[in-house]
Amino acid sequence: MRTYLLNRLWQSALTLLLASIVVFLGVRALPGDPALAFAGEERDPESLAAIRARFGFDQPLLVQFWKFLTAALSGDLGDSTRTGIPVTSMIGSALPVTIQLSVFALLVAVLVGGATGVLAAVRRGRPAEWFANAVALIGLSVPNFWLGLIAIIYLAVGFGWFPASGFVPFTVDPVANLHHLVLPALVLGSGLAAVVMRQTRSAMLESLGADYIRTARAKGLSPRAVVGSHALRNSLVVVVTIVGLQLGALISGAVVTERIFALPGFGKMTVDAVFQRDYPVIQGVVLVTASAYVLINFLVDLAYSLIDPRIRVTGAAS
Amino acid sequence: MTVPISKTAPKMALSVRDLSVTFRTTDGPVSAVDRVSFEVDAGEVLAVVGESGCGKSVTAMALAGLLPGSATVTGSVRLGERELVGASEQALRKVRGSEVAYVFQEPMTSLNPVFTVGRQIAEVLRVHRGMGKRQAQARAVELLGLVGIPEPARRLREYPHQFSGGMRQRVMIAMALACDPAVLVADEPTTALDVTVQAAVLDLLRDLGKRLGTAIVLITHDLGVVADIADRVLVMYAGRVVETAGTQELFDAPRHHYAIGLMGAVPTAARRSEEGRLREIPGLVPVLAEQPAACTFADRCPAADDKCRTAEPPLLPAARPGSAGTHRAACWHPADEEAR
Ligand SMILES: Nc1ncnc2c1ncn2[C@@H]1O[C@H](COP(=O)(O)OP(=O)(O)O)[C@@H](O)[C@H]1O
Ligand SMILES: [Mg+2]
Repeated sequence: MRTYLLNRLWQSALTLLLASIVVFLGVRALPGDPALAFAGEERDPESLAAIRARFGFDQPLLVQFWKFLTAALSGDLGDSTRTGIPVTSMIGSALPVTIQLSVFALLVAVLVGGATGVLAAVRRGRPAEWFANAVALIGLSVPNFWLGLIAIIYLAVGFGWFPASGFVPFTVDPVANLHHLVLPALVLGSGLAAVVMRQTRSAMLESLGADYIRTARAKGLSPRAVVGSHALRNSLVVVVTIVGLQLGALISGAVVTERIFALPGFGKMTVDAVFQRDYPVIQGVVLVTASAYVLINFLVDLAYSLIDPRIRVTGAAS
Repeated sequence: MTVPISKTAPKMALSVRDLSVTFRTTDGPVSAVDRVSFEVDAGEVLAVVGESGCGKSVTAMALAGLLPGSATVTGSVRLGERELVGASEQALRKVRGSEVAYVFQEPMTSLNPVFTVGRQIAEVLRVHRGMGKRQAQARAVELLGLVGIPEPARRLREYPHQFSGGMRQRVMIAMALACDPAVLVADEPTTALDVTVQAAVLDLLRDLGKRLGTAIVLITHDLGVVADIADRVLVMYAGRVVETAGTQELFDAPRHHYAIGLMGAVPTAARRSEEGRLREIPGLVPVLAEQPAACTFADRCPAADDKCRTAEPPLLPAARPGSAGTHRAACWHPADEEAR
């Protein structure tokens, strides 16, 4: 276990370093000049030079990267070239919004997708399966932005059940916070729910045909115990894998969803930063996202070994 | 005809009468079991033999109503006073695992890989005996000890993949015996095991059956297994019982040509260790849409004539003069000593 953790840590550090190099070079390869964006009206050469000096853009790339890296290691991601606000505090206010949105969307996906997937497997060849398949097909084929717009037009504007846009921090007003997140979470979670449903269904069908299910029935267990405990537990590995693999799609979906619902999250911050060539913010965003990936993958691997005793984390290390 | 009931006669545990099973499939009906009758006494081992596809497993699964919805089951399965054919799913659930328990062929896959063996044994006790967690665990330790697993208290917390095939089959047996069932149905329990382990598992089954008074229905295609542990034998072919006799009687003087074919393929102790399974009788077990008015073995039988192809032979007493008289065979031209 210890060697596994050490291995894992060192792999993660390498991943993060590579991610920072790629994004560092990537943003600088984009056409456009961050100094221009910061300068606004004052575009005389001196003030532009002063701005470049302030953010260090006049120095050689290697020096810039080294400074970025050492500062990042001490928790300083620099200041926004657009607003001058420290990137860490921008992230600090935007990240919770995105995390909350993603977690809710994930819950929607796992609960709705998991339940319909199990239902479709158990009621195989009956109307319930057709229904579940149809829902999954719609969930997969309808793009997020369209679903979002439909939800806003009907559920928010039409019926007035939910706010159409905006965000209230949980600490300010928990009820309003949840109320604002219902539609975004449903919209963002729908695509993943469809994927989870299909994978759960096929995993459950496989489990239900297994010999240990015959044993469970021959033991006199109720259908609920057979399906809900013996078959489902064996299908969870698949579901966890899918969720892990789909988190990338979830995060990019969050960018779109945040824009539709005007949520002040990570997605909006990223899009703004790219349009403004706000190098420090882009770098910070990518670094945090990459860290999130690393962490999530680690959690997924841990979850495996909790669900299936045959998968041992120590074994995975060697 | 009927078994005489006296104070000294062993208690009949299970009585099966004219059990038939037909499956509805997309290719039309499949008649898998046809009017099978037998009974098993407490403490007795009845072997059901036949090649693969003869309907042994379907018969086994039909006993406790474990066949899929596509199966139509008729006839009678009596467990003590109760009729199981046509019983409600709820009633059958109470019977399964507590009064009629099963051990299956594949010990590798028949246990759930994600639960500890302790949990899987305890589960039966909790469902049928209403035991609490503690009590069920304690009993599970006892059961593991009973089936000869060393260090039961420790191994209880392990997962199936941490056991060898033979040990896993012992776990299955412990699980099956947890509620002290009247009938244990073992469907090819040693087929997937190493030859060296087979004998030990068979001995354990027989020993526990006698000690606990469990009636054992042992399904196998291996007459070597039959010779090892069975008291009586039921030979099945294409869904029908073609011969039934005490084990010794059958080995001494098989009457049905199918049984003789199986015998010819019996591996001797020496042959068995190298081959491990039966030599084939030429031809295949037919898959029947409906049961014909003929001997289903006629096409593969060396003694078949027109009568065999146009009339179904009844299962008639076939004992040699002077023997016990439970020997029966369904053959128009039963073999005698010389024919062997
Ligand atoms: N669920 C099913 N649907 C249709 N046919 C089946 C089903 N289960 C078994 N059968 C058929 O019943 C016959 C007997 O099978 P089985 O009892 O498994 O044979 P065995 O003697 O090898 O255990 C075979 O022809 C098989 O194809
Ligand atoms: Mg079989």
